[in-house]
Amino acid sequence: MEKQVYKKTLGVLPNTVSGFCPGCMHSTVHKLIGEVAEDLGYLDKLVRVEGVGCCGLGQLYVSHDSTIAAHGRGCAVATGIKRCTPESLVYTYQGDGDLASIGMAETILAANRGENFTVIFVNNCIYGMTGGQMAPTTLIGMKSTTTPKGRNPEEHGYPIHMCEVLNQLTAPYYLERVSCDTPQHVIATRKAIKKAFQYQLEGKGFSMVEIVTSCPTNWGLTPIAALDFLRDKMFAEFPLGVIRDKGAVK
Amino acid sequence: MSERVFMKGCEAIAEAATRAGCRFFAGYPITPQNEIPEYFARRMPEVGGVFVQGESEVASVNMLYGAASTGTRAMSSSSSCGISLYSEGVSYMNAARIPAVYVNVQRGGPGIGAIQPAQQDYLQATKASGNGGFRMLVLAPATVQECVDMTYRAFDLAAKYQNPVLVLTDGVMGTMMEPVELPPMKSDEELAELKAAYHYRAVVGHPLGEAVFCRPGGIGGGWEEINKETVKMYETWDSEVEYEEFMMDDAEIVLAAYGISARISRYVVKALRKEGIKAGMIRPIKVSPFPYEAFDKLDFDRVKGILNVEMSIPAQMKWDIEYAVHGRCPIAESLRSGGELLTNDQVLAAARALAKEVL
Repeated sequence: MEKQVYKKTLGVLPNTVSGFCPGCMHSTVHKLIGEVAEDLGYLDKLVRVEGVGCCGLGQLYVSHDSTIAAHGRGCAVATGIKRCTPESLVYTYQGDGDLASIGMAETILAANRGENFTVIFVNNCIYGMTGGQMAPTTLIGMKSTTTPKGRNPEEHGYPIHMCEVLNQLTAPYYLERVSCDTPQHVIATRKAIKKAFQYQLEGKGFSMVEIVTSCPTNWGLTPIAALDFLRDKMFAEFPLGVIRDKGAVK
Repeated sequence: MSERVFMKGCEAIAEAATRAGCRFFAGYPITPQNEIPEYFARRMPEVGGVFVQGESEVASVNMLYGAASTGTRAMSSSSSCGISLYSEGVSYMNAARIPAVYVNVQRGGPGIGAIQPAQQDYLQATKASGNGGFRMLVLAPATVQECVDMTYRAFDLAAKYQNPVLVLTDGVMGTMMEPVELPPMKSDEELAELKAAYHYRAVVGHPLGEAVFCRPGGIGGGWEEINKETVKMYETWDSEVEYEEFMMDDAEIVLAAYGISARISRYVVKALRKEGIKAGMIRPIKVSPFPYEAFDKLDFDRVKGILNVEMSIPAQMKWDIEYAVHGRCPIAESLRSGGELLTNDQVLAAARALAKEVL
């Protein structure tokens, strides 16, 4: 007797092939979001507010209600949607330039109001679709098309740590930083997304799951070398773990 | 039964919106429209609605985008330099065909300008409220009663065309008190019906296979086809042209004005008539679409001159008048700007001078 042990989540469109670059983790994250919402029985109430750039490519793959926010405005658009339909399960899907640069004000103030939605923050330290410009999270010394000699802190400042920035606020309920570089980390990311969604369904307020990922194309590395860079350099700057969990059992 | 009360323009706008079914308001403080968000902050909880003080105009208009995309009747308001920051969200709402209402209580400009009243956002409001060359219906009230009626109507127009609608008023109207008749409160049942009618486009509550992808452009293409469809909508707007003709039957001098300037012009027309000058007024009630026909159809054997009255230097509505008149009679100006108000005397003097020159 055969037993089905795995099936593609209904949270992404059937018969689609991911068009993300080799080694990119966006497709994994999309799959995890779909799986978690399906587990919770909430695919018909799931609303996606997606950012622009590579995050906006998700519109080709997701099967649930969704809209595109202007660059940086994900948390403002999600505020409007969630406040008008509290029964929806709302998440924003944003990259580092979107969330931490142009959308810094919207992100911090939504978190500070304790808006009851979930932010999925995909941090790969670079602007992807526009061709590899410096992001607010770009590491010191890291080359980008707008820092051809590497990010120089005297001129460009330092990487912003969004989980830690939001951890200065009183309202946010749950902040965790994860990655998708190993099966173990993928499972941890799935758990983190599930926890954030559950907190939202319980009305606990603002949650953010930061997923530290690679961008082999714009880093100029092979997918395998990009994973090494991720573990050696990115995790050193952005350590994985729970930054805040107000619902943790003590 | 309608209800007669004495209200300030900004508060009357907020109450009219509430009665039209507005259940979400986001806005950021800016003078001279602060009474609108303040009124909503008190009023929304009473009717089960939502008030959010946005962290900026940019955030507020994007909250509006989100709220209205659920099929909830939603509104925002700001003033001039704040409205410039609305460009992004308003353009997105046109692109995604999201019905929403916003109000510009105009103040002096450009830049910070002045907190006092002006009409310096005409071209922005009517021609380019954001990137992409889209169009909107723009209502221009000239009394507090019209602020009420037009705000109330704006929600139906937004729903009808699934496009943002702008109520373009100014700091005089916003801060002035007048007696008004308030329209009836839409019932929860009516609002539920309106929401249900929009559900097929709303970004919430669909089972798999029926999901709504609310797209203000983006990846996937086909946007030119959508632009062509939108043009077809604009082409139906001939029926939306709205203007008032005041004492125009035998007019030889025509004052052209909207909003607060039209109130002053109305007085001036009457004063000129007493002096034996046959004056009249054309007042656009909607400034977009502009009532070109009102000027195009004039008998230029009789009409000898037009006076464009606007609280804007340089003149802005004059472009539209010139386009319609096409050199068939001289167009003079009576203008103020930067928060300085037009007076009856100034406009009267300008009209007399024009009459002396052309009659």
